Amino acid sequence: MVNLTIDNRKIEAEAGRTILEVARENGIVIPTLCTHESLEPTGSCRLCVVEAKQGKRTRIVTSCLYPVAEGLTVDTKSERVMNVRRLVLQLLLARCPESAQLKEMAAEMGVGAEPRFTPDKDNVKCILCRMCVRTCEKVVGVSAIGFSYRGTEKKVCTPFQEESATCIGCGACAYICPTGHIEMETTKTGDSRTIWGRTFKMATCTVCGRYFAPEDQLKYISRTADVPLENLAVCISCR
Amino acid sequence: MEEKVIEIVQRYSGDKSYLVPILQDVQREFNYLPKDALFSVSAHLSVPISRVYEVVTFYKAFSLKPKGRNQLSLCMGTACHVRGAELIARNVEDFLGIKEGDTTADLEYSFETVGCLGACALGPVLVVNGEYHGHMNIAKSTKILKKLGKKVATDDEQD
Ligand code: SF4
Ligand code: FES
Ligand code: FES
Repeated sequence: MVNLTIDNRKIEAEAGRTILEVARENGIVIPTLCTHESLEPTGSCRLCVVEAKQGKRTRIVTSCLYPVAEGLTVDTKSERVMNVRRLVLQLLLARCPESAQLKEMAAEMGVGAEPRFTPDKDNVKCILCRMCVRTCEKVVGVSAIGFSYRGTEKKVCTPFQEESATCIGCGACAYICPTGHIEMETTKTGDSRTIWGRTFKMATCTVCGRYFAPEDQLKYISRTADVPLENLAVCISCR
Repeated sequence: MEEKVIEIVQRYSGDKSYLVPILQDVQREFNYLPKDALFSVSAHLSVPISRVYEVVTFYKAFSLKPKGRNQLSLCMGTACHVRGAELIARNVEDFLGIKEGDTTADLEYSFETVGCLGACALGPVLVVNGEYHGHMNIAKSTKILKKLGKKVATDDEQD
């Protein structure tokens, strides 16, 4: 266990945990875009910056990656932190001016568009955090999408930008995306959904009769978890 | 195609950490990276096709489009650039009737521009089928192109 201070509060925490984890457990809010409990932090959005003082040295660090240590003094809301955070958000906003999530965050933090940063006009809402790609690989285990091309051309897509045969239509990528870039459309009746250019037929629950999951996803779970497909025919609410 | 890919993958004992050299060998074999070949690489190395595609689109050395029999690379690094590489590029483009990064329809020529080749003292540098030609200028590049057997673009349109 180590002793540290976050926003003037003395806190005892397990060594090796990150500032962000410890702060959250103690009810201290730090805005983030690229963290999720089911994924390892990678520090791509830089929104979670805080000021960390160890000895005489004070630095701006990403709290989602920085481990707590004995005697560490953290300030999550100092003027310096807020300046950096606002700048980061302005840059992200210039890249994705259409992202509702980013706009909402900016409104909450009182951040307006910075005239120096010309907004992108391509309607891309992706901040290239790679959470979707990692979710598809590590959580779902399918690896249907990836980052392709590079530099200003870099983007998430399926291989060859075509319908992916490995995609199961689970929608985990769309769910995890912090900025609403990935589009998933479901028909009015709910009998099919379209994601990454491919349309998936939905299966109905044998009890309530509602559409609840793509057939391909059920088949995938049945195959990988080795459970008969019949056992997956009932939706969560009816189980 | 599948067999050739299997043979290449086996050269590296099917070790996925050799993905890049494997792709280089595949490209050498087919002159570019055909889609089917990439799917077999993915299958035989157990690397998802999405990862293979990430690597292929990341490196400029890989091409998803067939490359020409003759490959021309013009250095656009700083040293070559200030010595007029831009003008040479326009000349080559006009001569071949294609843009940088493209291949002629008859698959005879590919032309691309690259970053510093590390031969700045020789700049501007034009690499023709792996051979370095230094102190390049417009006239010299035309001569090289003519020597490669290409008729002037206007003649070509007639057939
Ligand atoms: S699509 Fe969303 S989750 Fe994926 S990299 Fe872009 S912002 Fe991140
Ligand atoms: S949450 Fe720390 S960098 Fe994104
Ligand atoms: S800039 Fe052309 S070789 Fe260095």
